[in-house]
Amino acid sequence: MTAEHKLFAYAPAPESRSVVDIAPSYGLFVDGEFTDAADGRVFKSVAPATEEVLSEVARAGEADVERAVAAARRAFTSWSGLPGAERGKYLFRIARIIQERSRELAVLETLDNGKPIRETRDADLPLVAAHFFYYAGWADKLGHAGFGADPKPLGVAGQVIPWNFPLLMLAWKIAPALACGNTVVLKPAETTPLSALFFADICRQAGLPRGVVNILPGYGDAGAALVAHPDVDKVAFTGSTAVGKEIARSVAGTGKRLTLELGGKGANIVFDDAPVDQAVEGIVGGIFFNQGQVCCAGSRLLVQESVADEVLDALKRRLATLRLGDPLDKNTDIGAINSAEQLARITELADAGDAEGAQRWTAPCELPGSGYWFAPTLFTGVTQAHRVAREEIFGPVLSVLTFRTPAEAVAKANNTPYGLSAGVWTEKGSRILAVADRLRAGVVWANTFNKFDPTSPFGGYKESGFGREGGRHGLEAYLR
Amino acid sequence: MTQADARLSVLKTYKLYVGGKFPRSESGRVYEVTDAKGRWLANAPRASRKDARDAVVAARKAVAGWSGATAYNRGQVLYRVAEMLQGRREQYVAEVADAEGLSKARSAAQVDAAIDRWVWYAGWTDKVAQVVGGGNPVAGPYFNLSAPEPTGVVAVVAPQESALLGLVSVLAPVIATGNAAVVVAAEERPLPALTLAEVLATSDVPGGVVNVLSGRTAEIAPTLAAHQDVNAIDLTGADAELARELEVAAADNLKRVLRPEPPYDWTADPGTGRLTAFLETKTVWHPTGGLGVSGSAY
Amino acid sequence: MPRIPTAAAGPPASLADVTASDAALRRFLHGLPGVDPVGLEARAAALGTRSIKTTAKAYALDLAVSMIDLTTLEGSDTPGKVRALCAKARTPDPTDRTAPAVAAVCVYPDLAAVAAESLAGSGVKVASVATAFPSGRAAPEVKLADTRAALAAGADEIDMVIDRGAFLAGRYLEVYEQIRAVRQAAAGARLKVIFETGELSTYDNIRRASWLGMLAGADFIKTSTGKVGVNATPANTLVLLEAVRDYRAATGVQVGVKPAGGIRTAKDAVKFLVLVNETAGDDWLDNRWFRFGASSLLNDLLMQRQKLRTGRYSGPDYVTVD
Repeated sequence: MTAEHKLFAYAPAPESRSVVDIAPSYGLFVDGEFTDAADGRVFKSVAPATEEVLSEVARAGEADVERAVAAARRAFTSWSGLPGAERGKYLFRIARIIQERSRELAVLETLDNGKPIRETRDADLPLVAAHFFYYAGWADKLGHAGFGADPKPLGVAGQVIPWNFPLLMLAWKIAPALACGNTVVLKPAETTPLSALFFADICRQAGLPRGVVNILPGYGDAGAALVAHPDVDKVAFTGSTAVGKEIARSVAGTGKRLTLELGGKGANIVFDDAPVDQAVEGIVGGIFFNQGQVCCAGSRLLVQESVADEVLDALKRRLATLRLGDPLDKNTDIGAINSAEQLARITELADAGDAEGAQRWTAPCELPGSGYWFAPTLFTGVTQAHRVAREEIFGPVLSVLTFRTPAEAVAKANNTPYGLSAGVWTEKGSRILAVADRLRAGVVWANTFNKFDPTSPFGGYKESGFGREGGRHGLEAYLR
Repeated sequence: MTQADARLSVLKTYKLYVGGKFPRSESGRVYEVTDAKGRWLANAPRASRKDARDAVVAARKAVAGWSGATAYNRGQVLYRVAEMLQGRREQYVAEVADAEGLSKARSAAQVDAAIDRWVWYAGWTDKVAQVVGGGNPVAGPYFNLSAPEPTGVVAVVAPQESALLGLVSVLAPVIATGNAAVVVAAEERPLPALTLAEVLATSDVPGGVVNVLSGRTAEIAPTLAAHQDVNAIDLTGADAELARELEVAAADNLKRVLRPEPPYDWTADPGTGRLTAFLETKTVWHPTGGLGVSGSAY
Repeated sequence: MPRIPTAAAGPPASLADVTASDAALRRFLHGLPGVDPVGLEARAAALGTRSIKTTAKAYALDLAVSMIDLTTLEGSDTPGKVRALCAKARTPDPTDRTAPAVAAVCVYPDLAAVAAESLAGSGVKVASVATAFPSGRAAPEVKLADTRAALAAGADEIDMVIDRGAFLAGRYLEVYEQIRAVRQAAAGARLKVIFETGELSTYDNIRRASWLGMLAGADFIKTSTGKVGVNATPANTLVLLEAVRDYRAATGVQVGVKPAGGIRTAKDAVKFLVLVNETAGDDWLDNRWFRFGASSLLNDLLMQRQKLRTGRYSGPDYVTVD
């Protein structure tokens, strides 16, 4: 009986890799041209699922930052001088081209990042296009946005983005900046530069004037140089809290405008009257979406003690159905960790969980032989004092804590320097509102988790950063 | 000199305002405050780092109650401050004239503007959420609402020149939205601020919502900027060099930093900039399912 | 095959109390976890994006064929129509003898004898609707008579409808007692309990009805009659699957699931099998535990089988129309 049933093991269903043509090498995109780095340095971008080298990419240095900022500055006058409606039309064009090329970009993103094609196809790319559509429409309506009758752009925006949602983070940065009339220099993460370079090509297809968007693949040194450049008017960063603090120090006293979207240790609070099956889905989506490499991940499960066993059993049963493996397979739920470094960080923190006495449970799944992988893991018996309950792991590791009363749940949820996201699961409406009201977090998902929309402001309290991306609120960072 | 003129007036001992009480500086230190012409006016307490810490503790204690009060209630309280200030108008006219070296008429204009500013912000408490928050039309079956919330404890480096109107202009918007404030009064003109504390104490402003420290700005402000339990800082009264130092210190826990560009015109329309500077936006999602399927085809 | 406790005995000892009174039953059913509709439908939709290819598809298509309760429930049904359907049930694809037979043929009680005769020796079961199908609006004794008639005519399986009026009026114990009565009347037959989920309307109701049906001894819980606006959907079937999964975890008793009505394409059927696979699991991937109440679905499955076998797309002229 059982052997026969195992035939419904899903056969491989790989998305075609041939829909994307990755060149053996890429330059920086400065002033509308692809160019080598001034010092000729390059780095390799690797597919985390296979460790295959995908391409060799020019590595920006200080001189390149200089060039790119100068190009953005030159472009600023005419770009900001365009009627808003014209700027908007460029953004609409970009949105449309992204839609046209979404399959190609989804495959590319999956290759370079390691996340499942299911996610790039169904989440990343639709959100990217939607974000450009949304802000395109703002470009000629800025006077109605509540920031004065005739708000002005800031100038040149220096933007540094992370590797977890490479193209989506690019969209979150570039779309509002351009809609408001700024020009940008953007540095993608060193492990995921490719989709930003494809975006440069989309800018060319859209006829975007040269210098309006400049892309500088590179490492932290390039990011630091960009942030520190005196002719940059606005700094926007998404990444770790530690780097965010460095940036805040670096721009202190310069008058540069700054928005930071940083780390988190989101609490997902499950009450005893929760819709359990949906809560389990929310917990799974909350921590294992994108392998947990999500700043707003629900990495702390706070479950009411009276239903803890029931919820944990259901959760483990559900985790056993997660399919880990080839990110290009359309049935893959859990892809690769983005880099060896990240894998090492996750491993180190998970080991600390063991050492501190929490109980580790790992979903039964086989890890591929090459590439960077970490099986979905949860720790039970975790207390607020454990490192796995306090530090952002940024990986598929869930820490499970219990609580007895709503007040205790809120107190534990808020007991962190972070304040980005939280979840609440209960069928009692007044409790949702009471708990949501008291949670110190920029996004509260009630009876759902990890939902995103271009109209919905996103950003943190406390050390999760400041400023909001998305919605009308997202314009504020790029206007004065 | 008549006999009446010979009466010796009673001088006031100026004190800090912390947690709704009027303590001396725990350091026991005072410094001389003079008028614009250099004449001695009073000794003001010279707050220490420890006083600053106590003020932060008091402010933190006050946050839950004040931010949890209804916006209507906060508006009533702020309006009450205006009423109290109006009642002591003549005292302030004299105090501001002394502090800023103004004619009586110009000082009166400052005081009147300060009273009106409380009224302006009293009216804002229950409107700001409607202006900066609202529903977001997300592409899915979800109710999605963004609402502003107070940031928490805000350190305010009050403007150095405008001892009352400037102070009110930076303080009122901070507390209107439900934050608690720790104010570093103008270093050389602290008396209107310390007197304002007396108004606040008798205006139903809960203790700890506003805390006023006088002393050396360069001594007190860095403590507040580095304090891990302060959520935001307004650098208005810090000079460029101090402001940079404070901003660097503020980065340690990623305080929200308001760093307006001088010169300041306190008579201009204040707008909403200071009101929104110390607000967080919280966005709440909830599914909106259908009513369920229904109907029969018999 | 492991010995599986039977559902027929009614609630297991651990849950005996919950049917002790109307109040106890209400408390129990209303104490079940709620269902968030958006989350439920999102989960069902997400499972619908599974990509089932090649060997997995071949397996799923045959499995789906074998799970069909090939159904005709029309006022115009005749012995001739039923005989034709039974022939199709035994040998769905005359051009390909490797196609499995369906699970059962489902008819009205008055035609059960025709079906029994036509299917004799085939292994294909005779299922008969009963209890004043589809509305269930008849006196209890009429419903029992209806059931007995079907059994007497040779039905192996009884597809009964619950009294939705009583359910919606909150008279849960009455619904329970009626199912128990049919259960006893149909001793030895497999009992499928139809909730008419489209009339219960909410997923919370569907979950409560699922538990009610299982407590009363259903062998299968079934979504719909096929006669209302909304019949089987991935989401309401997911609620049933969660219920049987949880019921077995709580009691050790395994209950089958039958979505019925509106499943017309092979693609849809495969999506339901994915739901089964990833919700209830392997143990339900068998026509003893999962059925499709369908008619036109079979031809689409057969065309897809032909496509897999030959590599070219088939057409309606290459499957039989009954």
